[in-house]
Amino acid sequence: MEKLKYALFTGCTAKQSTPEQMMSTMAVADKLGIELVELTEASCCGASHLQDYDDFLSLVLNARNIAYAEKHGLTMVTICNTCQLNTAMTKHRLDNNADLKAKVNEKLNEVGLEYKGTSQVTHFLYAIIDDFGLDKLKEMVVTPLSQFNIAPFYGCHNIRPSELQNETHKTKENPYNPNSLDDLIIACGGMTVDYKEKTKCCGFHAELQAPKTAAVLTGNAIAGATDGNADMMVTPCPLCHLKLDTQTKHAGDSIGREVSLPVLHMQQMVGLALGCSADELGLKHHLVDIDFL
Amino acid sequence: MSTNTITTQKVNFKVFRFNADEDYLPYYEDYNMEVTSEEVVLDILDKIKWEKDGSFSYRRSCRHGICGACAIKVNGRSTLACKESMSTMIDFYGTDLVIEPLSIKRAVKDMIIDKGDFWEKHDAVHPYLVSDVEEHPEHEHLVTPEEAEELNEADLCIQCGACHYACPVVEINEDFFGPAAFAKAYRFEADVRDDAHASRLQELHQEKQGLWDCVKCMECAEVCPKDVNPIDKITKLHNMLFTEGVATSNVATRHAVGFKHSIAKNGVLDEGGLVLYSEMAGIVKHIPVALKMFKKGKIVPPWSITKSDNLDEIQKLIKSSSTAKF
Repeated sequence: MEKLKYALFTGCTAKQSTPEQMMSTMAVADKLGIELVELTEASCCGASHLQDYDDFLSLVLNARNIAYAEKHGLTMVTICNTCQLNTAMTKHRLDNNADLKAKVNEKLNEVGLEYKGTSQVTHFLYAIIDDFGLDKLKEMVVTPLSQFNIAPFYGCHNIRPSELQNETHKTKENPYNPNSLDDLIIACGGMTVDYKEKTKCCGFHAELQAPKTAAVLTGNAIAGATDGNADMMVTPCPLCHLKLDTQTKHAGDSIGREVSLPVLHMQQMVGLALGCSADELGLKHHLVDIDFL
Repeated sequence: MSTNTITTQKVNFKVFRFNADEDYLPYYEDYNMEVTSEEVVLDILDKIKWEKDGSFSYRRSCRHGICGACAIKVNGRSTLACKESMSTMIDFYGTDLVIEPLSIKRAVKDMIIDKGDFWEKHDAVHPYLVSDVEEHPEHEHLVTPEEAEELNEADLCIQCGACHYACPVVEINEDFFGPAAFAKAYRFEADVRDDAHASRLQELHQEKQGLWDCVKCMECAEVCPKDVNPIDKITKLHNMLFTEGVATSNVATRHAVGFKHSIAKNGVLDEGGLVLYSEMAGIVKHIPVALKMFKKGKIVPPWSITKSDNLDEIQKLIKSSSTAKF
């Protein structure tokens, strides 16, 4: 197989509040022999908030990020569900509206860039499943996670709206009964936990504006996984991770029950199965201690 | 190659039953039925009533996806029963299906719920054209095709409640207007003949009930049987708050605007700086968690943030492409 190579859009949290996500992404890519070219020119995607204020500006900035992936002639890989949604949504709107694309390019041309629409945008989770392949991953597992019940937490912005999401990857995902993350857990040797909240919202995007609602959603998610007898949760989204790992106190207070479960980034889970060390995967950066190793 | 052969499958239905006049608690009844590939969910409700139990109750009328009466939940997913094919449901969930009303806590009899909260929210957004209509107009009020296009999607709403009862915020916060009411408000906000713009928007952005309490989970866009895309309308209403000058300075508006400032400074976010900009004095409540995060290496001080390469490009684009003011 030809070596897989992608343009990596890290997003902001990988460089700040979830350093372990960046570390584990690079460690896993290294183990799998995937080459990631970091888009160091990329800006923040606006995280679904900038567009509430200035939709056009959000489109221009996201189109600029994609334009850099196009310059490399590579598929863009994201490691954050919200980066994925914002970038894919920009691509969808520009690819389907010539007028809008021309308007955005008028701005990009001012700085010598052009959005062409030639690069695909996909989340690292789907790059592993679609391009690398779970069968191949399974063969590479050295430390199967067979003694663990692992609760997948999908994160809204990877599964909804499904029509848009299913344009971006080959594995068709059913938003009400998704299986990508479950399949990845199984490939790593773990047992999956089925629970109602696995496709629900963690509340991240309303944390400042509606803290009570956000805390209840986080609390319900961790409680659901706990009641499903999970030893840990796993998520492909660093924003969900921030909610589930750092907000356990508010979450517990809001639902009247203590909640706390170790939460792994999808890359950390794969890394553990592939034999990466705790240090390589940044496990010490979690607020809820990873105490099962 | 698809064929038009009708196939039959055995399906186990677990059906929510409750009569508020008689039952202390709801219960689930099992029905095993042969289902053909051309049936819709409403056919199953009909068969339960006609062949299994005449007391089984549900709302239905047009059977053509127009009246919005028959929305229920199948395996937790809001569904317009007359529009959703059984073969799709079996593809999604297999042959064990749970049939429930849109809201269990609002159940009155079986699939029938008290939709009062939905209509209350719907009425609260002034879902009608506010305009001084001349009694003897001298010419038509012309609306261009482009202007009409703006409200086409939102106009398709049939008030079935599928999105309202799929919204996790509605479930938690009973003051929240919900996606359907917002989509309806947008229908009139985007209408060039409407004169209420700013005054309607005033009510739409109040804390707890309003636009800023949306968690952006995209459930409403996913579930809508008429492709209204309510979250898209919520975003457009957010935009209108700024263009109509209705937005006031609060944690939500500062958060949206703060992204622009943060991106202009570094390209990537200054996460701590953004929270400070949004919260102002409210930042104190985040200190306990922030300290824990700092100890675990999760907070990068502003002077150590790696700025995006070619930051000057980003700054130029922000200058030339900004359309909103605050």
